[in-house]
Amino acid sequence: MLKVLDTAELGTWVEAIIKAHDVIGIQARADKFDFGPLAKVQDLRLDYDVSLNAPKRFFLLPDEKLFTFKKDEAKSAQAAEPFVLFGVHPYDLIALRQLDKLFEMDNPDVHYLSRRAKAIVVAVDVQKPSAHVFAGCLGFEHVEDSYDILLTKIGNEYLADAATAAGEKLIALGKGFTKADDTHLAARKKIWDENKQALRRHELKPNKAQITAQLEKSYDHKIWKEKARLCFSCGSCNLVCPTCYCFDVADRLNWDLASGERVRTWDGCMLEDFATVAGPHNFRNQREARYRHRYYRKGKYVPDKIGEFSCVGCGRCIGACVTHIANPVEVYNAIMEA
Amino acid sequence: MGKIALKDIYLPETATAVAIRQLTPTEKCFEFKLDSGKSLGHMPGQFAEISLFGIGEAPISISSPPHGEPTFEMGIRQVGSLTGALHRLSVGDKIGVRGPYGTTFPVTTAMKGKDILFVCAGIGMIPLRSAIKYVLSHRKEYGKIHILSGTRTPAFRLFSDELEQWGKVDGVRLLETVDQPDDGWKGNVGVITTLFSKISFDPKNTVALIVGPPVMYKFALLELRKLEMSYANVYVSLERKMKCGVGKCGHCQINGLYACQDGPVFRYSDIAETREAI
Ligand SMILES: Cc1cc2nc3c(=O)[nH]c(=O)nc-3n(C[C@H](O)[C@H](O)[C@H](O)COP(=O)(O)OP(=O)(O)OC[C@H]3O[C@@H](n4cnc5c(N)ncnc54)[C@H](O)[C@@H]3O)c2cc1C
Ligand code: SF4
Ligand code: SF4
Ligand code: FES
Repeated sequence: MLKVLDTAELGTWVEAIIKAHDVIGIQARADKFDFGPLAKVQDLRLDYDVSLNAPKRFFLLPDEKLFTFKKDEAKSAQAAEPFVLFGVHPYDLIALRQLDKLFEMDNPDVHYLSRRAKAIVVAVDVQKPSAHVFAGCLGFEHVEDSYDILLTKIGNEYLADAATAAGEKLIALGKGFTKADDTHLAARKKIWDENKQALRRHELKPNKAQITAQLEKSYDHKIWKEKARLCFSCGSCNLVCPTCYCFDVADRLNWDLASGERVRTWDGCMLEDFATVAGPHNFRNQREARYRHRYYRKGKYVPDKIGEFSCVGCGRCIGACVTHIANPVEVYNAIMEA
Repeated sequence: MGKIALKDIYLPETATAVAIRQLTPTEKCFEFKLDSGKSLGHMPGQFAEISLFGIGEAPISISSPPHGEPTFEMGIRQVGSLTGALHRLSVGDKIGVRGPYGTTFPVTTAMKGKDILFVCAGIGMIPLRSAIKYVLSHRKEYGKIHILSGTRTPAFRLFSDELEQWGKVDGVRLLETVDQPDDGWKGNVGVITTLFSKISFDPKNTVALIVGPPVMYKFALLELRKLEMSYANVYVSLERKMKCGVGKCGHCQINGLYACQDGPVFRYSDIAETREAI
């Protein structure tokens, strides 16, 4: 269902949504932006450049209860509440689509999937490119599925594309929506084309398939050692990445020493002991091995698994790395030069 | 999003310790019985995630062969917090179990009708015992059997009582070695690869299963290569850090492979080119 809404009417509509649902929305945090509970419509900033944290954290919680136990009895913790996630950029939605596949395949993960099933996602096309975004080089500047509603700002109007029944219900909460026509679709197409150029703050030379193919023969490339020399294994690049989903599992015991919970927490392959087993023996002892693993995972291992390139070009890691070595564009450009 | 899976892949079922015996100064053998009364349903080579609530969870190989009963055995080395707590268990205590997980030794496929070479280095005896006992209880389906076993010292010989029994079975040749002998030791001394020169087998008609500490594989594989054994007939079981056992947490990756799903048992020819494997 395609509708248009005057930007002046957006506030009333979002207010109605806030009344009816728990809303997580994109908002300002000092001079940056992030997602958080949206209390009032004035806080919503659909003109943001990039969110500090990727929206994955509402589905794969940074610290998540898997089950509670009492002595020898365990009870699965699955109490996901429905919510509306408002303002997701296309590249981040593509990252979520990948996580959906990964958590669904082989052994479905009920914790992640039940949160996803209960969330209504309102995506928004990028209005202001961030400093390091390169999603345009990957074709991830726009998205044509996986949202409940996609909003695109066209002049003084928002084109609202509801792809699901839940999306249509949200639109029904608004007043002043009018019918869209072909000119709106043409205008959206134009914005997608423009964003393909605008979301290229770094220029990736090879295409996705070329990178995946080249990685087949780049294991001993000098770039890994060169870059990893400056890596201090802080894991920031893992933390901010919308497609990183590795986790650790541990138990927390209550004061009664009988009850407690098993939790999973985010983990990162760049951290020194990620692959260390009892012994101790670290299967990725060298920084360069860990550094290489991350780029192989984005460029080859996960693509081989799900058929999609697993760096979405958000550029967050580029900004997060204090030693300026975490730019996937530099890495993938370098391996093409043998 | 589509339908929601109802089963929680992280939620263990419970089992009760029904027998515990000390194997070596650092290893104990536990027999557990699933409280559901069902059989674990594993095949040799697979592992399960074992937990003690409040302490944690770890992957442990299933050391008994499949037998349709609700009981199964595990040999556990005490190395840290969970394995330490497991060693303090008494008969009647409960544990959490998820599994079985992972790939199996090819006892019903590639090994059928072949001569079998078991190379059990140290704690590698624990997962291999399941396959050895399976093969011995289906003795007629396999050819000649060699069992090579190596430990640090005689005190660390695992399942030593059973070893002697195995050695007496028709067509089974058992050879043992220790890195460092003690006063009573009359057998071979040296690392496990020194046993290869003491046996003769037809490399064309033999399937080898090798399990041991990470450092051992390179040497054992090299020896087998010298004996003109094809890597397509060699199976290894690889240990990695594992936090989920079900292909999600990312910890067990060997390049693009997942040790918990694509392994722990690998046909060596499939991973010979995988850089992080051995
Ligand atoms: C497929 C598979 C099958 C296995 N089968 C068996 C089996 O049959 N029997 C068996 O006994 N074991 C088996 N293991 C190994 C077993 O899983 C580990 O010994 C167990 O996870 C250790 O858990 P823990 O809590 O006791 O040790 P932890 O307390 O986690 O650690 C133990 C020791 O390891 C070292 N260590 C661990 N983590 C780190 C770190 N991050 N940094 C530095 N050092 C560290 C330390 O020296 C520490 O004292 C298997 C493993 C795999 C993957
Ligand atoms: S952010 Fe930079 S320094 Fe930190 S782990 Fe990543 S590459 Fe290394
Ligand atoms: S690797 Fe960097 S640019 Fe690519 S998706 Fe992850 S954080 Fe974004
Ligand atoms: S143990 Fe978690 S992915 Fe293999």
